[in-house]
Amino acid sequence: MKSNNNTIFWEDERVDGADKVNGKAKYAAEHSLPNMAYAVFVTSSIAKGTIKNIDTSKALAMPGVLDVIYYANCPSVPGYISNAAERPKNAMEWRGHKVLHDNKVRFFGQPIALVVADSFESANAAIRFVKAEYAPESFETNFDKARLDTKNLKINSNYKRGTEKKFKEAFAFVESEFNIPIEVHNAMELFATIALWEGEDKVTLYDKTQGPKSTQFTVSRTFGIPDKNVRVIAENVGGAFGSGLRSWANVPAACIAAKKLNRPVKLVLTRPQMFSLVGYRPQSWQKLGIGADAAGNFVGISHEAITNTSRYEDFREGIVDASKFLYACENVDTKYNLLPLDLSTPIWMRGPGEASGCFALESAIDELSYKLKMDPIELRLKNYTTINPENKLPFSDINLKDCYAYGINKIGWKNRPTVPGALKENGWLIGYGMAVGIFGAGKGSASVRIVLSNDGKLLLECGVSDMGPGTTTAMTILASEAMQMPIQKIKFKLGDSDLPPGPSQGGSGTTSTVGSAVDLACKTLQQKLKEIAIKSAPVFAGMNAEALEVKNEMVISKTDSNAKMAIVDVLKLANQDKIDLTITSNGKTAAQLKFTSNSFSAHFVKLGVNPKDGTIKILQVVTTGDAGKIISPKTARSQMLGGVVGGIGMALSEKLEIDHKTGQIINASFGGYHVPLHSHIPPTDVWFVNKPDPNINDIGAKGIGEIALIGLAAAITNAVYNATGKRVRDLPITPEKLGFKSKQSL
Amino acid sequence: MKPCFQEDGRRSFLKKSTALVAMYLTPSVFVKAFAVDTIVPMPIPKEKLTITINGKKLNLEIDARTTLLNLLREELAFTGTKKGCEMGQCGACTIHINGKRTKSCMQLALTHQNNKITTIEGLSEGEKLHPMQAAFIKHDAFQCGYCTSGQIMSAVTCVREGNAKSRSSIQAYMDTNICRCGAYQNIVDAIAEVAKTGVKI
Repeated sequence: MKSNNNTIFWEDERVDGADKVNGKAKYAAEHSLPNMAYAVFVTSSIAKGTIKNIDTSKALAMPGVLDVIYYANCPSVPGYISNAAERPKNAMEWRGHKVLHDNKVRFFGQPIALVVADSFESANAAIRFVKAEYAPESFETNFDKARLDTKNLKINSNYKRGTEKKFKEAFAFVESEFNIPIEVHNAMELFATIALWEGEDKVTLYDKTQGPKSTQFTVSRTFGIPDKNVRVIAENVGGAFGSGLRSWANVPAACIAAKKLNRPVKLVLTRPQMFSLVGYRPQSWQKLGIGADAAGNFVGISHEAITNTSRYEDFREGIVDASKFLYACENVDTKYNLLPLDLSTPIWMRGPGEASGCFALESAIDELSYKLKMDPIELRLKNYTTINPENKLPFSDINLKDCYAYGINKIGWKNRPTVPGALKENGWLIGYGMAVGIFGAGKGSASVRIVLSNDGKLLLECGVSDMGPGTTTAMTILASEAMQMPIQKIKFKLGDSDLPPGPSQGGSGTTSTVGSAVDLACKTLQQKLKEIAIKSAPVFAGMNAEALEVKNEMVISKTDSNAKMAIVDVLKLANQDKIDLTITSNGKTAAQLKFTSNSFSAHFVKLGVNPKDGTIKILQVVTTGDAGKIISPKTARSQMLGGVVGGIGMALSEKLEIDHKTGQIINASFGGYHVPLHSHIPPTDVWFVNKPDPNINDIGAKGIGEIALIGLAAAITNAVYNATGKRVRDLPITPEKLGFKSKQSL
Repeated sequence: MKPCFQEDGRRSFLKKSTALVAMYLTPSVFVKAFAVDTIVPMPIPKEKLTITINGKKLNLEIDARTTLLNLLREELAFTGTKKGCEMGQCGACTIHINGKRTKSCMQLALTHQNNKITTIEGLSEGEKLHPMQAAFIKHDAFQCGYCTSGQIMSAVTCVREGNAKSRSSIQAYMDTNICRCGAYQNIVDAIAEVAKTGVKI
């Protein structure tokens, strides 16, 4: 609990905690509408080609089956029309694969038909009776093979400052290649949409999305209907990690089916479909060269990357970006190409771009430190910069040094052997490793409605979503602090596109963006309260607003402690049942734009490698975050813990496997795609610098969702090297890659 | 816009079970039998199931193909039990059947005649949270909350069955329940604390 002047403003627990532990919190698929039908996708069994025919007759004869929708009977969708001239003017073309639209197959497992039935059981039973005949075409899903032919690559994005490949002239340098396989978000909640049309041009969706407003926009443009006629509800989101930042096939398919059948339709993806239909972290190949002079000053960094995309959309991420500005270095060149494959389109996955890029950069720096015979933290400190060397703007705030100091002490860095493989405990080889993470800290625009009622309750609303980080809690805490009133009297509502526009929850920007709007809304409300108090309450007559403050649910004179009145009494006196304001907070101000803003993290790992079989046991993790003021310490700590778990999966087990003969994903389940479990998680310490960033926004807070994971995988591989002398540059680390027979670390 | 309607479990159940009975009494539509693949689709008969859920005995007529998970979520509006994979791999659907933790997605409902089911909704007594639920809140043992019901149901039997003697024994027992947000450390903290207090759960 936190107190201020002996008044308890908030308890440190999640405000929506009770609903989540007693099963009351409702997620997208958990709404029940009268006369609701159930839909299940039929997916392709080839990777590429044309569907010659789909026989739906047997499925249609199954009991309970209402319809089988596919390209031959799919109603026209305005946003599916490619020719802009033929499209209604309020419609926009659907981005990506137009589900149920044509007879083309673009990837294995693509939805080719939608069975709709009066129960889930009937729909699910009928999918196997839908028979497609294909004319298959040759395809390519093999990234490692296809990337070798430069003709397959597209979109060159090159950057250079100083001299290209300068690192090669340095006193000491390393140049290495890094491979990261496709990783899949796999949030626990399955993607789901319930669509309900009320008339020709009005639809309500219960949808799993990170952005109710962005889904509203997508649906209104796809179906050519006004924004206000689309309502998207996502009160609770069961994790998403980036996969909910756009609408996938389930959204238009549910809308199409509900419209065609004129009844509500529920469409829930299956777990295997979560591997192929809702994005993934693209596979990447990177080559990173870095060189330093004898004192450890970086002379040059060259970073090249290729990531895969689909054949029908370009997806790019900031994979080479951190190399441009995380460390002081005059000569930096980067090159980034895309490799289209016959797979579905990737999407941002927690720490997008930087998580892959920092794996290469932070591994290479560790490698270089051994060549220089220098402590890797000392090497990083040697190249520490408070000015972003890419755009020459100062960082709005950077306290990575404090993170290093904390981590060094907490993990026991002094015990780290300088010679790899030199330390053993209980028969295990022991290694220490660390790495840094960085991610942009933005501030966008958001609107918040704030309503103070004459019963003393405060309601705030914003159309953002909360996929788990605790946005509802953090925003309630912010309001409680700004208004200096107890948290129990405050309710923050989100997850509905009918609320004032808020951003999609992503890119570690929610707290900064929505938090700034909440802060501004509270300040605006306080100003309004003071004005009303002066006008209506004789005790404040003649005073000006600057002389008053609002705290402890009172309006109080700063100079005369007797001049005070409860805010509920102020409203009653003014004969107002409420104050109801909607404010908009904009992006960064001109002053804030004079800085470059980032959040930073430093992760420290102690692990053991079994010299008999190469299994890895992570013994301790210390994770530190430099992300300005921490608004909600308890949920922020949980987010950092979660980043560590995600990073452990990235380092030790997560890899999507594709059979390149068929193009099929062969481990599309939790049985085949291994995410970390309880047993894999070491004791983890979380620490924050927790100092307001004075130049990012009025609340001094930055995001932590991405930095929690970025760098973690490199900290682990660096520790494995320290333990064994084996440098693993291809994730995940397996005993096989350490020279043992077993194929799995976890 | 009319609010889309949400009902409590009881009313929804009564309404739906009435509908199910009505369907059962209607002569089933003639379905053309044909040789397809080895499986011949037949009209789906409704079967009788007597089952106790959270202390209430229910007499139901259900689709024979329904899993316990789908019965709870789709027919009875006990949506606290979550669907995460339908393959018995993630643990989100964990419930107690006659006191034993079970993954409800792997159970055909009809195989549970006269069994006693406890779901997450049956753990708390009205507004009063079960000690494990309270400990999950105290230790912030979840983020998105989607795996939470299953984690808590497993956590309760973890303590009841004497598997909470050490952190590693808790972890081993709880490996059946995946949390993708990564709340594992806090979950183990919550379980360890409840086990330590010795409160009867």
